[in-house]
Amino acid sequence: MVRPIGFLAGLAFVAILLFSMITGAVSFITDPPAATAEHEYHLHPKELQLASDGPLGRFDRQQLQRGFQVYKEVCSACHSLRLVAFRDLRDIGFNEGEVKAIAHNWSTEVPSINPSTGEPATRKATPADKFPSPYANEVAGRAANNNALPPDLSLMTKSRHEGAAYVYSLLTGFAEQPAALVKAFPDSKTPQGLHYNPYFANLNIAMPPPLVADGQVTYSDGTKSTVDQMSKDVAAFLVWTAEPKLEARHRGGMGVLIFLLIATTLGYMAYRNVWADVKH
Amino acid sequence: MSFPWANHYEPKHPLMQWIDQRLPLPRFVYGAVGAGYPVPRNLNYWWNFGVLSGVALTIQLITGIVLAMHYASNGALAFDSVEHIMRDVNSGWLLRYAHANGASMFFIVVYIHIFRGLFFGSYKAPREMVWLLGLVIFLLMMATAFMGYVLPWGQMSFWGAKVITGLFGAIPLVGEPIQTWLLGGFAPDNAALNRFFSLHYLLPFVIAAVVILHIWALHIPGSSNPAGVEVKGPQDTLPFHPYYTAKDGFGLGVFLIAFALLLFFAPNALGHPDNYIPANPLSTPAHIVPEWYFWPFYAILRAFTVDIFGIPAKLLGVVAMFGSIILLFFLPWLDNSPVRSGHYRPLFKSFFVLLCIDVLILGYCGGAPAAEPYVMISQVAAAYYFAHFLIVLPMVARFEKPLPLPGSITEAVLAKNTIAA
Repeated sequence: MVRPIGFLAGLAFVAILLFSMITGAVSFITDPPAATAEHEYHLHPKELQLASDGPLGRFDRQQLQRGFQVYKEVCSACHSLRLVAFRDLRDIGFNEGEVKAIAHNWSTEVPSINPSTGEPATRKATPADKFPSPYANEVAGRAANNNALPPDLSLMTKSRHEGAAYVYSLLTGFAEQPAALVKAFPDSKTPQGLHYNPYFANLNIAMPPPLVADGQVTYSDGTKSTVDQMSKDVAAFLVWTAEPKLEARHRGGMGVLIFLLIATTLGYMAYRNVWADVKH
Repeated sequence: MSFPWANHYEPKHPLMQWIDQRLPLPRFVYGAVGAGYPVPRNLNYWWNFGVLSGVALTIQLITGIVLAMHYASNGALAFDSVEHIMRDVNSGWLLRYAHANGASMFFIVVYIHIFRGLFFGSYKAPREMVWLLGLVIFLLMMATAFMGYVLPWGQMSFWGAKVITGLFGAIPLVGEPIQTWLLGGFAPDNAALNRFFSLHYLLPFVIAAVVILHIWALHIPGSSNPAGVEVKGPQDTLPFHPYYTAKDGFGLGVFLIAFALLLFFAPNALGHPDNYIPANPLSTPAHIVPEWYFWPFYAILRAFTVDIFGIPAKLLGVVAMFGSIILLFFLPWLDNSPVRSGHYRPLFKSFFVLLCIDVLILGYCGGAPAAEPYVMISQVAAAYYFAHFLIVLPMVARFEKPLPLPGSITEAVLAKNTIAA
């Protein structure tokens, strides 16, 4: 019974699928999908090499500190970093006093209550606090940005394909919209208030170019702060905010791998030894 | 169990004798996975993957129990509690990456284990029950993995939950009430997240229980083997311990090396970046895709694009997706060739290779966007998938002329050694 019923069921599935396939193929030929501006003009992120790449990668702390400076002086005006605490900055080479000072002098204060009246208030940040959001809430963020909420940056390099390269490409990718694009796709002209950027999924991003001039940030380590350099540095910094345990992972992985290679070699020798007198 | 020449448990230490007389648990273990279980002497490396599946399940249980100590199954807290594990819990990143990639490793070894069974005819009499229980484990694994992927409450978690529970909405008449009942609401929210967490914690223990039944059922006829002929006498077998414990020990080392490479050096390679964006019911991701181990089935689901005789395409897709697994339960009776091993079935072997390629193509299409040409390719591949099991295998069993089988396992081993020499 199983085989005849199965045979009929199989025929039914095959018939339906091939019919669907032919239907799809016919409409694909007679009515091919129209080309879109996104498909034609969207660019893959540029090549970016960072010290943290590869199985032995370590963070370049000097670069992370520069990236942090860019975040502090430019990005933090609009973007939160809500999963990272000031105390975490110890990991990228700031000492306790510096972390305290950074928290204390942060441009946004932390929501709090007035200890005597219980009224809502704000206070200076401490190392134990997460980075405060530049906006009190989502509505305030949208209201200040033409209804486009600036995303949190904590996990940015893990929440986009090729995250670090994407951040770097996006920051350096602002350009005039190509005339050929507007000619071929008149409906895709960059709307008022948006900015053309071929690395952004739909080509038009609400964020205005944040890094516009060389020297916008003054690095204390003497590195020349070109737009390209600042973009690289902030991308490197955001790799750290998204994956702060990367070095422990790489280091631990090497140790585990060496142990496993030795153990597996011994395991193989034990196996050969046990089976030495058996034909198989 | 099994063969009369099996070693018997003889405790030497008085304490072990004392225990054995009161609770013969060591005796049970000795007979199940010790020197008391005679195993065919010709098993190849494909037979390592059963033990490896058990190891993978154990890794998931241990890492999962510790993760549950730090995780908060609340819609408002879940995403941040996972990040808390990644950032602030001691070695939390290791636990979480081990658990997430451990699921992938579990599916890899289980898929190899299943395809080993398919090629060597391990599902045939007298081992049908082993195969059926294995499929029950596979279904439970899929349910567990799906619910586990929802727990971090990222964008793919949320939209994956919405799409998969939406499949039940395709059932005529009662579909929508069932979907609402499953979710505890009209869309995934706190109620859904909480019940998924509860079930995600429960089901692995159910899996462990069915694994015990799977091994129990295996020990009645004893293990199958690459030659596909039954054990004839003591010269055909070796005690599980030390022979196969040693071989499995080496296999485990190789498995752990592959696992470590993934975990420590590419922990997000198999995940989707969107799941690092907190769940947002108001923003639909551009491409909703499940984890890679569901891709072949997702491709089958999406291959049905046309309504037939008023039956909606979505319902057909759901029926086909579940059908693609349900039909495997009938495999022992669909393929009624008396020859087990694919080595002695030339025609079967060619179709088996075709099936492997077909499933890989389905997997690739399932991960790709739902656009042409992927839909057309997955339609052809899905058609072959059903045809393979429901039409090709019964026909092959009927018309194929198998090669002569070796007289016994020992004969097969000696013949192989002569050729090698």
